Amino acid sequence: MTHAGGYAADTRVRWIEWLPWAAALGAFFLLPEYLPLGARILIYILFALSLDLVVGYAGIVTLGHSAFFGLGAYTAGILGAKAGVTDPMLQMAAAALAAALLGIATGALILRTKALTLLMLTLAITQVCVEVANRATPITGGADGLSGVVVAPILGQFKFDLFGKTAYVYCLIALFVGWYLARRMVYSPFGATLAGIRENSARMHAVGAPVYWRLVLVYTLSAAMAGVAGALLTQTNQFVGLNALGFEASGELLVMLILGGAGRIYGAFVGPVVYLIAQDYLAKQFPEYWYFGIGLILVLVVMFARGGILGLVDKCIPFLKPKSSARVSAR
Amino acid sequence: MILYVISVGLSVTMGLMGFVNLAHGVFAMAGGYVMISSMNRYGVPFPVALGLAFVAVAAGSVLLERLLYAPLYAAGELEQVLLTIGLIFMAVAVARLIFGTVQLPVYLPDYLKGQFNLLGRDFPAYRVFLIVFSAVMVAVLWFGVERTRWGAMVRAAVDNRAMAQSVGINTRRLFTLTFALGSGLAGLGGGLGADLITIQPTYPFEQLVYFLIVVAIGGLGSLRGPFVAALLIGVSDTACKYWVPQFGAFFIYVATIAILLWRPAGLFGRRA
Repeated sequence: MTHAGGYAADTRVRWIEWLPWAAALGAFFLLPEYLPLGARILIYILFALSLDLVVGYAGIVTLGHSAFFGLGAYTAGILGAKAGVTDPMLQMAAAALAAALLGIATGALILRTKALTLLMLTLAITQVCVEVANRATPITGGADGLSGVVVAPILGQFKFDLFGKTAYVYCLIALFVGWYLARRMVYSPFGATLAGIRENSARMHAVGAPVYWRLVLVYTLSAAMAGVAGALLTQTNQFVGLNALGFEASGELLVMLILGGAGRIYGAFVGPVVYLIAQDYLAKQFPEYWYFGIGLILVLVVMFARGGILGLVDKCIPFLKPKSSARVSAR
Repeated sequence: MILYVISVGLSVTMGLMGFVNLAHGVFAMAGGYVMISSMNRYGVPFPVALGLAFVAVAAGSVLLERLLYAPLYAAGELEQVLLTIGLIFMAVAVARLIFGTVQLPVYLPDYLKGQFNLLGRDFPAYRVFLIVFSAVMVAVLWFGVERTRWGAMVRAAVDNRAMAQSVGINTRRLFTLTFALGSGLAGLGGGLGADLITIQPTYPFEQLVYFLIVVAIGGLGSLRGPFVAALLIGVSDTACKYWVPQFGAFFIYVATIAILLWRPAGLFGRRA
């Protein structure tokens, strides 16, 4: 995996990094009828960002990230529908806490293993969560999902409206905070350790890095972030379904991340945008067969463009700007 | 037992070859479809249809292996996982396009229907046939891998591919054949099990977890492992659903976690 930037790189926010935010704000004013889809995309970007920390930076291959997403969604949902806690901020905090607790508990157990065993463990943990949610019908609504989630206006001021304006801005702000934290983390010494573990964990052991604890920490932080994304999903939809938990959701998310390019912050931005818009468009045109297109894209990306869409862009830049390519090769 | 027949194929591709093949259910599904449609549309007799399922899936997998899998043998498991997930997506869509979303009926031949009496108790004939068939297959496979030249070559190639190549084994062809065998076994399992596990387009997704659990618990690269694991999982899953239905499939996942934490390489894993 190519890895743009890193600990030693210039960490100031470059002008190009403001583009996604400008685009998001532009979409708010220019495409009002697409705001619900937009909010969904923002949520998935946050979720993909959390997965990127684990898969792209720390190199932990997981099929169980939806467990945290689903747990966050259910925590917010249960608080809103059953416990009468309707403040969105409180719900979100609780969701992050619950997901982080699950993250630290499972992470501490499973992160000693590697490769296939790790993959299977994440999968099995997710399935356990699905079973719990499926069976605990009085609390979670079981296979019917949990509806009637009450969400109070944000800060007592901004009510969730029918057109999804509030939801969109709310998700955008949450994503911005998540992006800022993730960015700080990636460029910190901690982020550098993670990249080191990904590239050569034996060597990181040798230089004295606490590999295991670093992995548990990033797993927990990422879980909390996924939990927040889950809470956002609940709050914008006022509904939680079992499919937020299942490993299909993890698979789908992994697809989005790889599509955009793993191991880079903006891969998590590009992937969900492309995937969800393609899904929205294709699912309208070919409701039965759009999966084929997604599968095909995935196979092509793996075969020919390991870095995802952003990796392709990286490869094309030297052709457009001969000068900068000379500088890159000199480095 | 069906779980075993399908997952032993997975154990061959995933265990012997070290490729994280999540698309294994696709081959099983394809086998099921080949068998059912050849029987229903062209009136092929059951044993021939089974053989056809094996051959067709094995042949199809050679194509896939050469095109898609082979370039990724050296890649990390993330790429392999993604490629195979992509294949699942595509297979699900294709299956929907060709066969529709309804499940197809399986018409078993008369001699495998009904019950037969043994020592004063009734046994369903088809299930007995399955058990006997699988047992024979276990024996054949075990003999093939442990006692024949081919088995020795496969084991050598997996342990050290470069060395195997340099002593004159055509590892490329060997891997393709091995992969075809594994996929063919999956197709056979899908066909055999079509009566018990319904064949429908979402099959690869729904059964994936079961196959993976069997292989992971059994341990990679062993034939005995998946056999024991499939029995263990099959029996305990059924028993738990029977005795404590409110927990459902809960138990096998917890058991999987526990076993993998206890022995990360699986019960009979060769690699530490």
